[in-house]
Parts: sequence; C-alpha cells; structure tokens
Amino acid sequence: MASLDRVKVLVLGDSGVGKSSLVHLLCQNQVLGNPSWTVGCSVDVRVHDYKEGTPEEKTYYIELWDVGGSVGSASSVKSTRAVFYNSVNGIILVHDLTNKKSSQNLYRWSLEALNRDLVPTGVLVTNGDYDREQFADNQIPLLVIGTKLDQIHETKRHEVLTRTAFLAEDFNAEEINLVIEKRYFLRDGNQIPGFPDRKRFGGGTLKSLHYD
Amino acid sequence: MSFLIDSSIMITSQILFFGFGWLFFMRQLFKDYEVRQYVVQVIFSVTFAFSCTMFELIIFEILGVLNSSSRYFHWKMNLCVILLILVFMVPFYIGYFIVSNIRLWILSIEQLISRVGVIGVTLMALLSGFGAVNCPYTYMSYFLRNVTDTDILALERRLLQTMDMIISKKKRMAMTRRTMFQKGEVHNKPSGFWGMIKSVTTSAPGSENLTLIQQEVDALEELSRQLFLETTDLYATKERIEYSKTFKGKYFNFLGYFFSIYCVWKIFMATINIVFDRVGKTDPVTRGIEITVNYLGIQFDVKFWSQHISFILVGIIIVTSIRGLLITLTKFFYAISSSKSSNVIVLLLAQIMGMYFVSSVLLIRMSMPLEYRTIITEVLGELQFNFYHRWFDVIFLVSALSSILFLYLAHKQAPEKHMAP
Repeated sequence: MASLDRVKVLVLGDSGVGKSSLVHLLCQNQVLGNPSWTVGCSVDVRVHDYKEGTPEEKTYYIELWDVGGSVGSASSVKSTRAVFYNSVNGIILVHDLTNKKSSQNLYRWSLEALNRDLVPTGVLVTNGDYDREQFADNQIPLLVIGTKLDQIHETKRHEVLTRTAFLAEDFNAEEINLVIEKRYFLRDGNQIPGFPDRKRFGGGTLKSLHYD
Repeated sequence: MSFLIDSSIMITSQILFFGFGWLFFMRQLFKDYEVRQYVVQVIFSVTFAFSCTMFELIIFEILGVLNSSSRYFHWKMNLCVILLILVFMVPFYIGYFIVSNIRLWILSIEQLISRVGVIGVTLMALLSGFGAVNCPYTYMSYFLRNVTDTDILALERRLLQTMDMIISKKKRMAMTRRTMFQKGEVHNKPSGFWGMIKSVTTSAPGSENLTLIQQEVDALEELSRQLFLETTDLYATKERIEYSKTFKGKYFNFLGYFFSIYCVWKIFMATINIVFDRVGKTDPVTRGIEITVNYLGIQFDVKFWSQHISFILVGIIIVTSIRGLLITLTKFFYAISSSKSSNVIVLLLAQIMGMYFVSSVLLIRMSMPLEYRTIITEVLGELQFNFYHRWFDVIFLVSALSSILFLYLAHKQAPEKHMAP
C-alpha cells in the first residue's frame, strides 16, 4: 500500500453547489443521504487504476480535498484555507447550473487556489477580475463540473449548457455536466443505473490530464 | 393645494428610499445569490422605504417643513401601511416560503404578534446592551491576546498532520473495501430468508474492521474542524493586532476608552432609573440648554438653538442606527444564509428591521423637546410610553451585564485553548 503514489485534487466551489455530494459519489459509489455544511476541509479517497488493462497499469489513490466556504469569506478564513492548497496535482471546480453567480465565482476560486504559490505572503493582490493571461502558464489541470442539471427545465437546458461551455473554454479545462440526484439511490450502491458510464468518463478525463 | 405639493414631496422621497433599499438588496445583501422571487426584493425595499419615511417625518416635524395637517395625514397613512406589512404581509410570505421549503427548515413560524412595540423595544435594548459592552471591548487593544507567527505555524502543522492521518485511514478503508469486493464479499444487506440465515452463521471480519476505522475517522474529522476554526481565530487576532498599530487603530483605541466610560454611565443611569422608579421627563437637549443658561450664564435664543440641536441630535441617532442596523443585518445574513434559505432569512430581516424602526420612533420621542413630541403621541395614541422606557432600561441592563459576563468568560477561556499542545 505504501508504494502507491499520491495524487491530490482540490474540489472548489461555492457553498451549496454539491461538492460534498460529488466527492461522496465518486469515492463511496453511493449518493450522500444527508448533505450538511462543510466546515474547513473534508477529504475522501478513491482507488483508481491508471491505464487499466494495459501492461503499464498502476493503482493510484486519488485524494479529493473538499474545501468549504465562500470566496467572500474574511481574510483570516482565506489564510487558513491557503494551507490546503500546497502541492496540488489537479483542481475540480464545481458550480451550480441553476445559479449563475456560482459560475462567476469560479474565477475567483481558481485564482485563490493558483496564486497560493505565486504570492508567498498569502495576500491576494488581484481583485478577482478574469484575466486569461493568468491561466496561460498554468500547469495544473482543471476540470469544471456543473451540477443539478435535472433541476433546469428541459427548454432552458441548451442555453445553460452553451453558457457553461464558454466557461470551460476560458479556463482551458474539460467539462462535465452532472446529475447528482436522490432518485438514483438504490439499496445496493453498485447498481446505480448509468453510473458506470460516468465513472469511466470521469476516470478517463483524469487519466488524460495526468502528466507522469 | 398645499396638500398636493406636500404629498408629491412625500411620494418622491418614498420612491427615493425604495430605490436605495432595492440597490442595497441587490448589491450588498443578495450579491452572491440569484434573485428568483422578485416579491422578496419588493417587500424588503417597501419596508425599508416606509421605515425611512417615518424618520423623515420626524425631521420635518422639527424643521417645520410642510403643512401640519398634511404631515398628520402622512403619519397616519405611513403607520397604517407599515403595520399592515409587518403584521400581515411579511409573516404571510415567510410562511409561504417556509412551507415550500419545509423539509429544510426546523424553525416553526411564531404566532402573529400584535404588540410589535414590545418585541422591537426588547430587540433594541438587547442590541444596545450588547453593543455598549462589545464596542469598547473590540476597540481597545488592551484586550488583544498576543499571537505570534510560530503559534499559527504550529497549529497549521497540527491541522495538516490530522488531515494526513484521516487520509491514511481512508486509504486503508478503500483498499479493504476493494479487496472485499474482489473476493466476492459484497457489502450489502442480506435479502431473503436464506440470506438472513447466512448472515447469522458467518461474519465478515472486513466489515467489522471498517466500522472501527470509520469511528476513528469521525473523531479525527471533528478534530480537524476544531483546528481549522482555531487557526481562523488566530489569523483574525493577528490582523487585529496589526491594525491596532496603525493610526486608525490608535484612534479607535482612544474611542474605546471614551465609550467604556459612556457605557458605565449608561448602566449606572439604567440602574438608578429602575431602583428609584424614575422616568426622565426632559430630553437631553432642553436639559443641556437649561444647564448652560442657568449655570454658565450664557444667554442665547433658546427656541432657535433647540430646534437646530434637536435636528442634529436626532439626525445623528437616526443615521447611526440605520447604518448600524444595515451593517449588522448584512453580517448576520452572510453568516447564516445559504442559497436555499436566503428568501426566508431576508424576509425575517425585513421584519426585524421594521420592528426595530418602529420602536426607534417610540424611543426617539424621549430625545426630543416637548413641542416636537406631540405628533408621535397623537399618532401612536394610547400606548404607554413610560412602560416602554422602563422596559428598555430593564432589558438594557440585563443585556449589558450578561454581555460583560459572557465576554469575560470567553476572554479567560481562549488563551488556555491555544497553549495546549
């Protein structure tokens, strides 16, 4: 077990977008029954077989660090959160498809996480405005996930999805739109319909972004 | 004719206040949320507009602007509308939004309160009591604990170590689950008769291990949350220490000493009022003028100055209480709301704001000279003002003393928490 390498992935986003549910779904293969407000940071681990089926197969532990809070928090909270941003291998940005502001806040989240290494004093010098230059030399892979797709009415889905496609392009990131829904919960978590497909796609994207 | 002009002035100012409330809601309060239900924003702005109109009418009373009969009419109308909103509309909408989100909200709807004044005055007295004590405590740097960078680094290291321990335990659990799954011991509830028999005779050692580790992980997660909150506290204290070294900080420190004397004076006066069953008959303005005329022998035009000084004093009280209330509301709102409950909370805040302003008007009456009090007395009718002042004094005293006790305990407890390794 000690020989397995460590992969640290941050899960960032506004309060209530569904980060804890997402992490629980990925790691426990079950839907989270009673989501509650995350204080500080909660971590979960997923065992993943890199390049499954090939001779180079290797098993990794993916640590998903689900950091709670909002971008508008007090600077003391931001300084404390900065402690979790060390040596990150990937960032998952989660936003709520029913809430436009959560998508806009993703810029500020990514700046907060990425600037951690650039400004050692821990003070954010930007005011959060989007600047593509700042992402140009970014080596850390980003993944944008939109949640609660089922809560959007059928007719509005196309408009919402085009908007989020632009968002993902701005970050130079891959995009997935998810439904994390209680109706899919069955007694045996391994039999969630359609879930194996999503798992493979999610795993696949992480694989392609994993530079070795 | 003059009535029409007066009414159009009042309506214009009401529209202005409405616009300000609308902007405040959009830019400050709801800046992180999506406004889906516009009725909430309208209600909030309307409540704010009519509350501000009441203050405006007091100012007009003092300055003698507008016709007195049209002032009286607008007072009555304003009061009608605001009571309608506070007693019927806001509670109705609170009920409506709670019922549509009932599974998330444990709080039950309070019964309709007929005497809005009592609640509002209690609230004001509580806030004043706490504010009077907390203000010097926050401003003065005497109470700041000494926090060094090494303290913060030590706590951060502990936090990261705890996270690492949680991770290693979760890795074990994930690996155990995977091997169990691969060996065919699927972790699910036994179904059917034969499954039940099987579960009695065989036991899965893997799953017992898992529950033990899960309990350890739960304890560690609780610890990590505690450490996170403590680190946040230390960072906040460090910032305050740095702030106190600036000019602004020194200025506030000085103000803090001044306010602590004022606070002690107020507590003393409240006690005297209760013990000797005394209700102040004259307001500070007239008393101040009396003192200057009688003891210092300075003669000046009492009528002219009393009007201007009342205007300034009442104006300051109104502006600071509105500003203080909006700031407190914003802080409170950020702290307790989430995207689901934001509607209910904003309506609750509108309710509180309305009640707070109505009782401010009640109590402001005491700060004004006699000739300006008549309209409030006439309009609010048979309310017993003395009761409200006595009630305010009692609650203020209770609140101030408990705040002192609370802050003392919190201050004593905090240093011991951080010193423990």
